[in-house]
Amino acid sequence: MKKLLAILLVLCMVMAFAACTKTTDPVPEDPANPEEPVAGADIKIGVILVGDENEGYTYAHIEGIKKAAADLGIKDDQINWKYVIPETSVCYDTAVELAEMGCNIIFSNSFGHQSFMVQAAEEYPEIIFCPATGDTANVCGLANVVNLFPHTYESRYVSGIVAGMKLKELMDNGTVTDPLVGYVGAFPYAEVVSGYTAFYLGIKSIVPEAYMEVQFTSSWFDLNKESEAAKALMARGCVIIGQHADSTGAPSAVEAALANGTIAYSVGYNIDMLNVAPNAALTSAQNNWSKLYYDILKAFINGEEVKHDWSGGYDEDAVMISALGASCAAGTQEAVDAAIAGIKDGTLHVFDTNTFTVGGEAVTTRVFDFSTMNADYSAVQYVGEQIECITDGYFHESEFRSAPYFDLAIDGITKLN
Amino acid sequence: MKIDHKKEPIIRISKRVGIQFWKSWLIRLAAIALSLCVCALLIFALSGLNPIKVFGTMAKGVFGTQRKLMNWVRDTSVLLCIAVGLAPAFKMRFWNIGAEGQMLVGGIAAAACMIHLGNLGMPNVVLLLIMASASIIAGGVWGVIPAISKAYLNTNETLFTLMMNYIAMQFLLFFTPIWEHPAGSNKVGIINSVTKVGWLSEDQKLATPLIMLFIVLIVTVLMFAYLKYSKQGYEIAVVGESQRTAKYAAINVKNVVVRSMTISGAICGLAGFLSVAGADHTISEDTAGGRGFIAIIVAWLAKFNTFVMILIAALIVFLDKGAIALASEYSNYNLTNDVADIITGIILFFILGSEFFINYKIKFHLGKGKEEIA
Repeated sequence: MKKLLAILLVLCMVMAFAACTKTTDPVPEDPANPEEPVAGADIKIGVILVGDENEGYTYAHIEGIKKAAADLGIKDDQINWKYVIPETSVCYDTAVELAEMGCNIIFSNSFGHQSFMVQAAEEYPEIIFCPATGDTANVCGLANVVNLFPHTYESRYVSGIVAGMKLKELMDNGTVTDPLVGYVGAFPYAEVVSGYTAFYLGIKSIVPEAYMEVQFTSSWFDLNKESEAAKALMARGCVIIGQHADSTGAPSAVEAALANGTIAYSVGYNIDMLNVAPNAALTSAQNNWSKLYYDILKAFINGEEVKHDWSGGYDEDAVMISALGASCAAGTQEAVDAAIAGIKDGTLHVFDTNTFTVGGEAVTTRVFDFSTMNADYSAVQYVGEQIECITDGYFHESEFRSAPYFDLAIDGITKLN
Repeated sequence: MKIDHKKEPIIRISKRVGIQFWKSWLIRLAAIALSLCVCALLIFALSGLNPIKVFGTMAKGVFGTQRKLMNWVRDTSVLLCIAVGLAPAFKMRFWNIGAEGQMLVGGIAAAACMIHLGNLGMPNVVLLLIMASASIIAGGVWGVIPAISKAYLNTNETLFTLMMNYIAMQFLLFFTPIWEHPAGSNKVGIINSVTKVGWLSEDQKLATPLIMLFIVLIVTVLMFAYLKYSKQGYEIAVVGESQRTAKYAAINVKNVVVRSMTISGAICGLAGFLSVAGADHTISEDTAGGRGFIAIIVAWLAKFNTFVMILIAALIVFLDKGAIALASEYSNYNLTNDVADIITGIILFFILGSEFFINYKIKFHLGKGKEEIA
């Protein structure tokens, strides 16, 4: 018992020691200006990637950074790549490692990397940390955190038009009578909600009576789960399978079903799916990440202010759809071009409040609170603004923050799980 | 007199009766040197780079800056803590390969306290003590379950402790969506990133690693003394040598097994606390990240001498970090993370292999009368 007491006492002392060091104020960092110009020749980029080139989403980022760097004359050896970094403390360690290596701008590409990047950003105020798809740069109070997210909802809307044209063709020739669309989603999170709503509205602009069911996989990348979800949706009668998950699971499953006589077509994400589904794939919604990377790096090199949020859609060539598949309906290209032109000149808004209802009613207001919550969601972590997102007859997506925040559950879409 | 060497086997292996301390370490050092030569060949073959420069990069990658040095201290502390925790179990020949799970439940307990008690406004010391106790208890419980089963039902502890790892992992998967932060990430994220409540120290650069090292060194010294000088430590040694002897000496084997495994699990649980409160501030599958298994190598190589474990843990963490540094420095020269892992593997292989030459003598019979002893 005495020994136990001794151990406990020692432990107490250690904890007291720990507490003491906590109360002493940390020595302030040199007040380095995060916007201090770094000449292009001196720039050293760190890249933290959740996957590698074998995974579509990460591949798009790799290509984006490579292209942006090449356009800016940044050499290969100025970029440090870190592949397959999980969204755990490993990400923080990797960010610190890159910082210690002398990188002056560090990117990460998965949403879950963000909190670890922010922690590193706190410690290295002279280095810019860019967690792509993140949502706290504007509210976390650190000058050196930057978020980037293209207007993916625009390319999803356009890919929805491609799907809508196909659905219309199938209905016109009598092959399909029930305009049911399926969607394989990763998580019921705003980014996904925004994406599938835009996709659905694209379809609805061609086939007004279309309705959609969404099956979540609880994973951003899982071949089997996505394949199973696609099969489940097809079994329910879905003739179009859209997706917001990163693997080729769904298109492959649709291709196999199509070969066996089921009428079903796939709209992919990130990468051209024609390789895995030459007959079933119609197109894929894509992001042109190089545009955002180019803009950020250029601003950084030129010593301009690196603002907190970087976004852009068709007007900046930051989003696109992949080449149309052979199965696409006649006239698809024209419909696509018209939609893109409309989005570019501002006559077409994806989240036009005239095109959807919530609970049977038109929506006229949505005040979004950009604050984020703490670990147990009991209190606010970072205080953000409350902004009215619906003005001029449409929901302003990705304008007040690059990460999507459209979260209305519109009529016509059913979540299956 | 003529001996017919043809009937002799070319290689004859015999057990060494005893080996001098310096000789065994000479063999170990030779093994490390040899492994570095093999690695150098591999590096040169793959990249064409000067291997000595590459090794220099490795050292610089681990000790180059204060921050790197401190990360090395931090990771060494955690690995050492697990290895020290394994010592009583393995010394008693109880194959505890469940350190991974014991550490993970310790981490889960710490994270739970951090998340759910973090907003009650209690002093950080109190919260840290609660977290540490919760981790120690959780780890102890995780360790004692297979021990009780072994002691009273004679189940296989290797399988049981291994299976407990998977259960711990499932627990983590169960809690992850509950503690998910931010929503949609499906990860726990950094806990209390603004308030820093439940963090060992706000200073990640210096204070945290040193506090962790301090705690672990205390545990290391205590464990050394416990195993070497206490009656219970002696009982562990006897049970490890022969259970029959232990019974004959009126040692209650069941008690020893249960008691030692509780201690073993509790210290592994403490490692989970250190990882969560000190290094990570989150809980994930990387909290243990295979260190529960690497620690077995540390414990074995050190022959359960906790002071030797300090050296071995430091070496293994050095290799691991050096390999990562190497991969990031030379990723354009074919030296990727995978090559880095191969290098670590080669060095570990040689170190483990050297134990064979310490335990056994090898005689070569080459032709007439020639004898070489390795």
